[in-house]
Amino acid sequence: MLPGFSLTLGATLFYLGLIVLLPLGAMLAKAGGLGPQEFFKAAFNARALATYRVTLLSAFEATCFNACVGLLFAWVLGRYDFPGRRLVDAIVDLPFAMPTAVAGLALTAVFAPNGWLGQYLEPLGIKIAHAQPGIAIAMAFTSLPFVVRSIQPVIEDLEQETEEAARLMGAKELQIFRRVIFPAILPSLLAGASLAFARSLGEFGAIIFIAGNRPMETEISALLIFIRLEEYEFGGATAIATTVLLTSFLLMLATNLAQAWHQRYLSRD
Amino acid sequence: MSHHPGNWRRKLLIGLTLFFAGAFLMVPILVVFHQALNKGWDGWWRAVSQPETLHAVGLSLLVVALVAPLNAIYGLSAAWLVSRFRFRGKRLLMALVEIPFSVSPIVAGVAYLMVYGSTGLFGPWLEAMDVKIMFALPGIVLATLFVTSPFIARELLPLMELQGSEEEEAALCLGAGGLRTFLRITLPNVKWALYYGVILCVARSLGEFGAVSVVSGQIRGETNTLPLQIDLLYHDYDSTGAFAAASILTLLALVTLVLKLVVEARFDKMHRD
Repeated sequence: MLPGFSLTLGATLFYLGLIVLLPLGAMLAKAGGLGPQEFFKAAFNARALATYRVTLLSAFEATCFNACVGLLFAWVLGRYDFPGRRLVDAIVDLPFAMPTAVAGLALTAVFAPNGWLGQYLEPLGIKIAHAQPGIAIAMAFTSLPFVVRSIQPVIEDLEQETEEAARLMGAKELQIFRRVIFPAILPSLLAGASLAFARSLGEFGAIIFIAGNRPMETEISALLIFIRLEEYEFGGATAIATTVLLTSFLLMLATNLAQAWHQRYLSRD
Repeated sequence: MSHHPGNWRRKLLIGLTLFFAGAFLMVPILVVFHQALNKGWDGWWRAVSQPETLHAVGLSLLVVALVAPLNAIYGLSAAWLVSRFRFRGKRLLMALVEIPFSVSPIVAGVAYLMVYGSTGLFGPWLEAMDVKIMFALPGIVLATLFVTSPFIARELLPLMELQGSEEEEAALCLGAGGLRTFLRITLPNVKWALYYGVILCVARSLGEFGAVSVVSGQIRGETNTLPLQIDLLYHDYDSTGAFAAASILTLLALVTLVLKLVVEARFDKMHRD
C-alpha cells in the first residue's frame, strides 16, 4: 500500500472545493435566491434571448466550418508528406497558445473593411468585422485545434490494409472514404466538434473586438453578462450566467452519454 | 498498382490546407507584428515602455508565477490520488476536476463575485476585516486558477495511470520513505508530462481575459493584466499601443509553441526507449 492517500485526498478536495466548487455553488445559490419570476425576467427577456440566438447560431456555424477544415487538416497532416508539413502541424496549435484578446484584435484588423482580407471582401458585399460572421470567424479560430487534434491520431492509426482491400475489390475512392474511413473517424470527429462547440459558446475575448456588439444583433451572451455587471445588475448577470452554465453542463452530459452509448454499441458487435 | 489514388487529389488537399493555414492561422500573427511596427522600432518601444503597459507586463508575469506552481501541486496531488488508490467516488472526482473546461470564463468571473464581491457570500465579512480580494491581485490569481486548474492534472493523470505503481512499491520495500520515493521515482517518470501541462497552463494564464476582466475591476496601472491593457488601449484608439502590447503576448505564444514542440519530441523519445 502506497502512502499519501489522506494527504492527497485532503489537498485535492480542499483545492477543488475552494477554487472550483465554492464559487459555482455560491452562484447557483444566488440564482436560486432570485425567485422564479425575477430569474425568468432577467434570463429570458428579448435582449437576452437574442444573445442566446446569436451565440448558438455562430457557434454552430463555427463548428460546421471546423468539422470540415479540421478534417482536412487532420487528413493531410496524418497521411501526406510535403514541404512545410511540420510547420503547418505546429501552427495548428497556435489558437490555443495565442491569447484570445490578441486573436480578436488581429482578426478584426484582418477582416476590417480596409484590412488585409477585408478589402477584397468589402467590394463583394461580404461584411465580416462588426457583423455576425465575425463572431463565427473568431469562434472558429479559437476552437479549430480541438477538432484537428481529436481526429489526427485516429487517422494516423488507421489500418491502411482495409482501404487497400476495398481498392482491390474495385471500390472507388469516394466509396472507400464514405464506407471505410469516415465511419472509423466519426466518433473522434464528433468528440472534437462538441469540444469546439462548447468552447465557442463560452468564448469572450476574441469576439468582443470583432463583433460590433450591437444589442439584439451582434451581442453574445457573455458580453450581456459583462454589461449587466457594469450596471451593478448582479441578479441579472447571475441569472444569465446560470442559464449559460446549465446549458454547457447539459451539452457535456449529452456528449458523454452519446460516447458511452457508442462504446457499448461497438463492444456489442 | 493498377489503380493509384489520383495525384491531383493529393495536391488539391495539400493546397487547400496550406491556404487555410496561411490565411486563417498565419495572417493574424503577421498582422499583429505589422501593426505593432507601423511606426518603426522606436514607435514600438515607445508604446511598450508606457508605464501602464510595463506594469501590465509585470502583473501578468506575477500572476503566472503564482498560478503555475499552485496548479502543478494540485495536478500532482490529484493524479497521485486517482492513479494510485481505489476509492468510492473516483469517477465523480475526475469529472469535477474537468468542470472548468466547460465553464465560460465570464461565468467563472461572476461566480467569484458571488463569493468575494461586496454582495457575495463572504463580501460583508471581508469588508469588515478590510481584506481586498476582488478588484485586486488575489481575485485575479483565484480566477486564473479556476480557468487553468485542469490543465496539468489532465496531462499527468493518464500517464501515471499507465505507468502503474510497481517502481514506487519496490522503492518503498527497499526502505525509501514516501517523500523520497516521490521525488526520486515518481517525479522523474512524469517530468515531461508535467512540463507539458505547465506550458499549457502558462499560455492560458498569460492570455486569460474573460474571467480576469470581471474580477480585476480594470484599474489603470494597478489591476490591468496584459490582455486587459490591450483592450483598454484599443478603446483609447491607441492602435499602435494595443498592437505593441499584443506583439509581446504573441511572441510569448510563439515561445510556448516552440517549447511545446521540444517537450513533445522528448516525450515521444522517452516512450520509444
